[in-house]
Amino acid sequence: MATTIDVMGQFRLATALGPVGASVNFTNSNLTMVVVCVLILALLHLGMAPRAVVPGRLQAAAEMLYGFVHRMCIDQIGEEGKAFFPFIFTLFSFILFGNLFGLIPYQFTITSHLAITGALALFVVGLATVVGLRIHGMHFFSYFLPKGLPIVLAPLIVVVEVISYLSRPVSLSFRLFANMMAGHVVFEVFASFMVVMAASLGIVGYVMAVAPFALDVAMTGFELLVAALQAYVFAVLACMYLHDAVHLH
Amino acid sequence: MRRLLPAATLLLAVSALGVTPARAAVGLPQIDFANPLTTSQVVWGALIFAVLYVLLSRGALPKVERVLEERTRTIGADLDAAKAAKQQADIAAAEVTRATREAQAAAAAEVAQAAAAAKAAAGAEAARATATLEAQLAAAEARIHAARAAAMGALREVAMDATSALAGRLMGHAPDAAAVDAAVGAAIASRKA
Repeated sequence: MATTIDVMGQFRLATALGPVGASVNFTNSNLTMVVVCVLILALLHLGMAPRAVVPGRLQAAAEMLYGFVHRMCIDQIGEEGKAFFPFIFTLFSFILFGNLFGLIPYQFTITSHLAITGALALFVVGLATVVGLRIHGMHFFSYFLPKGLPIVLAPLIVVVEVISYLSRPVSLSFRLFANMMAGHVVFEVFASFMVVMAASLGIVGYVMAVAPFALDVAMTGFELLVAALQAYVFAVLACMYLHDAVHLH
Repeated sequence: MRRLLPAATLLLAVSALGVTPARAAVGLPQIDFANPLTTSQVVWGALIFAVLYVLLSRGALPKVERVLEERTRTIGADLDAAKAAKQQADIAAAEVTRATREAQAAAAAEVAQAAAAAKAAAGAEAARATATLEAQLAAAEARIHAARAAAMGALREVAMDATSALAGRLMGHAPDAAAVDAAVGAAIASRKA
C-alpha cells in the first residue's frame, strides 16, 4: 500500500540547516526553537514599538502576556517573585509559543520531546533547590519535616516528602510531554484515516473522509486550549516550587 | 498583525527548509536516547533558551515595563491635573455660592429698609390726616357748642315771654321782669342739673 500510517514520524529528529547543521547536530527541533524565540521577541518588540498610552491590538497582546506572567509571579511567589519574573516569562512564553507553533501543520512541536520538557523541569526544580539553599542554608532541609509533626511519624513523612520532591521534575516534564504528544498523535491518526479512506474507498472514501477531517478541526480548537493550559500549568508549578524554596511552606 | 504575516510566512518556510529526511525508526522517537540528536537538541535548546532569557530580560521586558510605567505616570499626572481642576472648580463654586448669599442678604436689607421708609411715610401721613381730622372735629364741636348756647339763649327768651304772658293772664297785670328772669333762670338751672 502506498500510504503507510506513521503517526510517530512527526516527532522524529533530523538535522537542520543542511551540512552545517548536521556537523554540529543542530536539529529541526532546535530550528523550531529559534523560530519560536524570534516570534516571542517579535511580538514584544514590534508590539511595544508604538509605545502608545492607549495600546493597539498587538501592543495589547504583548502587554497582556507581560501582565499575566507578572501577576502570576507576584501572586504565587510573593514580592520576591519579581526577581524570578524574567525567568518565568522566558519559560512560559517559550512553552506557550512552542505549543502553539506546533499546531501549525507540518511544524515540529518542541514540547512533544521528553528530553526538552525534562531538561526544563530539571532546571526549574534545580533552580528552586539552589534558591532554597542560598536563602535558608541548611535550614532548607526542614522543608521535608512539616511543623507540628509527631516525632514518631517523622521517618515516614520525611521519606514521603523527599520522594514527592524528587518526583516533581518527573511529573512536571511528563505532564507537558504527554499532553502535547497525545494531541499530535490523535491529529495524525485522524489525518491518516482521511488518506486511507480516500485511497481505498474511492469517491465514497472522499465523502466519508469528511468525518475525521471535522474531528481534526474540532481537535485543533481543543489543542489550542491544551497548548495554553499546559504552558500555564508548567509556569504556575515552577512558581509554586520557587515559592516553596523562598518561603519553606 | 499585517506586518507580522510576511515575517511569519518566512519563518515557517525557514523552519521547514534544510531539514534532512530522518531515517525511519521504530518506537517513540522521544525515548530513542541512542540517537545522538535526542541529546544534541537539549544542548542546543539550553543555549537557545539562555539566549532568549538574556534577550528578554535585557531588552524586551524592560521595554514593556517602561511603556507600562510611562502609562501609569501619564494616568497619574492626568488624574492629578483633574483633581487640581476639580479643586479650582470647587473654589469657584463656593465663591459663586458666597456671592449669591451676599447679594441675597444685601437685597433683603434693602427691601427691609425700603419697607421701613414706606412704613414711616405712611405713619406720618396717617398722623397728619388724624391731626387734620381732629382739628375739623374740634371746630365742628365748637360750632355745635356755639349753636347750642345760642339755642339755649333763645330758649330762655321764649320761656321768659311765655312766663310773663301766662303770669300776666293769671295776675291781670304784667309781672316784674326781674322776678320772671330769676324764676326762669332757676327753672333752667334745675333742668340742667
